[in-house]
Amino acid sequence: MLRFLTRRLLSAVLVLFAVSVLSFLMFFALPRDPVTAMCPKNCNPARLERVRQELGLSDPLYQQYVGYMKGIFVGRDLSSALGGHCDAPCLGYSYVNSEPVTRTITRVLPVTLSIVLPAAVLWLALGVGLGMISALRRGTLLDRLAIGFSLAGASLQLYFVGAVLLLVFCYTLHVVPVPHYTSIWSNPLDWADGLVLPWVTLAFLFSAIYARLSRAQMLETLSEDFVRTARAKGLSKSTVYGRHALRAAITPIVTIAGMDVGAALGGTVVTETTFGLQGLGRTVWDAVREGDLPTLMATVLIAAVFVVVANILVDVLYAFIDPRVRLR
Amino acid sequence: MAPPVPEPDPAQSQPYLAVRDLTVRFDTEDGVVRAVNGVSFSVRPGRTLCVVGESGSGKSVASLAILGLHNPRRTRLSGQILVGGRDVVGLDEKQIRTMRGRSMAMIFQDPLSALHPYYTVGRQIVEAYRVHHPSAGKAEARRHAVAMLGRVGIPQPDRRFDRYPHEFSGGMRQRVMIAMALVNHPDLLIADEPTTALDVTVQAQILDLLADLQSEFNTAIVLITHDLGVVSQVAHDVLVMYGGRAVEQGTVEQVLRRPQHPYTWGLLASVPTLRGDPDADLTPISGSPPSMINLPAGCAFHPRCRYAGETEGRSTTEIPLLRPAGEPDHLVACHLSDADRARLREHEVTPTEVA
Ligand SMILES: Nc1ncnc2c1ncn2[C@@H]1O[C@H](COP(=O)(O)OP(=O)(O)OP(=O)(O)O)[C@@H](O)[C@H]1O
Ligand SMILES: [Mg+2]
Repeated sequence: MLRFLTRRLLSAVLVLFAVSVLSFLMFFALPRDPVTAMCPKNCNPARLERVRQELGLSDPLYQQYVGYMKGIFVGRDLSSALGGHCDAPCLGYSYVNSEPVTRTITRVLPVTLSIVLPAAVLWLALGVGLGMISALRRGTLLDRLAIGFSLAGASLQLYFVGAVLLLVFCYTLHVVPVPHYTSIWSNPLDWADGLVLPWVTLAFLFSAIYARLSRAQMLETLSEDFVRTARAKGLSKSTVYGRHALRAAITPIVTIAGMDVGAALGGTVVTETTFGLQGLGRTVWDAVREGDLPTLMATVLIAAVFVVVANILVDVLYAFIDPRVRLR
Repeated sequence: MAPPVPEPDPAQSQPYLAVRDLTVRFDTEDGVVRAVNGVSFSVRPGRTLCVVGESGSGKSVASLAILGLHNPRRTRLSGQILVGGRDVVGLDEKQIRTMRGRSMAMIFQDPLSALHPYYTVGRQIVEAYRVHHPSAGKAEARRHAVAMLGRVGIPQPDRRFDRYPHEFSGGMRQRVMIAMALVNHPDLLIADEPTTALDVTVQAQILDLLADLQSEFNTAIVLITHDLGVVSQVAHDVLVMYGGRAVEQGTVEQVLRRPQHPYTWGLLASVPTLRGDPDADLTPISGSPPSMINLPAGCAFHPRCRYAGETEGRSTTEIPLLRPAGEPDHLVACHLSDADRARLREHEVTPTEVA
């Protein structure tokens, strides 16, 4: 286990290193002058030159990279116009937002986490639960309803569902406030109140996929020989389904869920835009539109970290579930 | 299980399992699968019945019906299955569940897929023990499971207890299955091709083990197999199935040495002999097994039977009934007359080759 973790962490570091080098090259080594790309509209040559100086853009590329990475791990000194010393993890300075990128990220990341994590719990519970029930009640009315639900979820678009829910529950019935973000630490109730619509929307759409997946998995598992053996032993239905079938059926779902959550944490652009929440996804979107390279670079790295960490977690979880998987 | 048994007077010991006129049909999209059609047999405690027949002849379906393991919504069952005097046909799931694993247990063909890959073998055996001994503590159940693992010949059972199925060899896995099936000392054991996946040496060990356990617990055994070698080794009685019907049944002596049905002759002729002439031709039965949805009219075997023409057309119109084949308890379902069969058999098989 320890050896596995060390190895996985090492390879994760390698992956992240590669991602950072590649994205750095892409953003800073493009033929387009990054300063112009970064500069807000009215840029005179003098200002351009100052930005170039402040960002150290005349240094050789490798030096810039080392400087950037150093900033992440131990912090670095930016020019005094940019606020002087920038503590680790320093992700550079955004002229577009006129603030260090780290400050932007610490502001928007909790928003995305608050949207995605509770929504993920909801969609997994709902999706897997529904899928299992409809597999066990195969062919009944309940099963058909569940299938209809998943079809609806799979064919609807997030912005559409989001807009309808907003219109109905927020603007017409006034049962929920306009989506907004409050820190969970300062006011948990308001936090939940402000995010319940995005949760429900995400949960509806994703649980549709998970319901279909779990139903198929469960049906397949129910035809396995070991389920027959469990019944032949005289076990009760709930034990056969719960302990024997569910455990085997859930394994592939864990993998997919890990990937989905990891990817969603990297930003839920559509959700955030639909509900007007300023999370990581909106930030990426704005950065792309405005050519805010330092912010973009930082969000790419963060998304990569989420995906890599989710991967490791999935592997560890998998090994806990399936003894045939060896962590080596 | 060896044929010469010290037998209590058979007339006095009641059969533990008595199947009467069992019919199993599945409703499928392609039509009704007539998997088992009016089969009757019985097994007494301490005795072994071997069920033989080609792939698809309904052997597994019949045995699963005894444990009530078919999906009731798509399966139509009729007839009687008396287990210890109690008819399990039509019994609801709750009631039959208390009998599974205790009155009747089953060993499946492929022990790797039949054991749960995520649980240790010990845990799976303990689970089987505790369903029927709910008051037993963990430690007691473990003791029983370890003892059973030792009993089926698994070395260091105490340590193997905590291993997973994939860490065992095929033969050891089958022993685990046997331990799991026998941990509650069931009165009836159904073994569906328990040794097909194993090599010959291991197969012999497993069969010996079953024989030992049978004489210890006086278990009634139904053993399903393709292998007539196995039959000659372990059976007291034999049931030959074709197209979901019993075509011949009797004692192992009768069926292997004095077979009456042309299909049985075919089965015997396709067995490699151990003693006979190594160059002698093996003659597999020509043609292929019938469709269970559209069984041939009349005798289901007639399209493949060389003597179908000698029945004055009855073989294609009339389903032959099981009737006495001359000796007591020996039954055959064939339109040929006793005299014809006796004459034809001479040319077909030299039955001593197998038995
Ligand atoms: N659940 C089911 N639904 C529909 N048809 C089935 C079902 N189970 C078995 N059958 C069919 O019933 C017939 C008998 O099957 P069965 O498994 O009893 O054969 P078998 O004699 O055990 O063969 P083998 O030696 O290959 O195990 C086959 O034609 C099979 O396709
Ligand atoms: Mg079978």
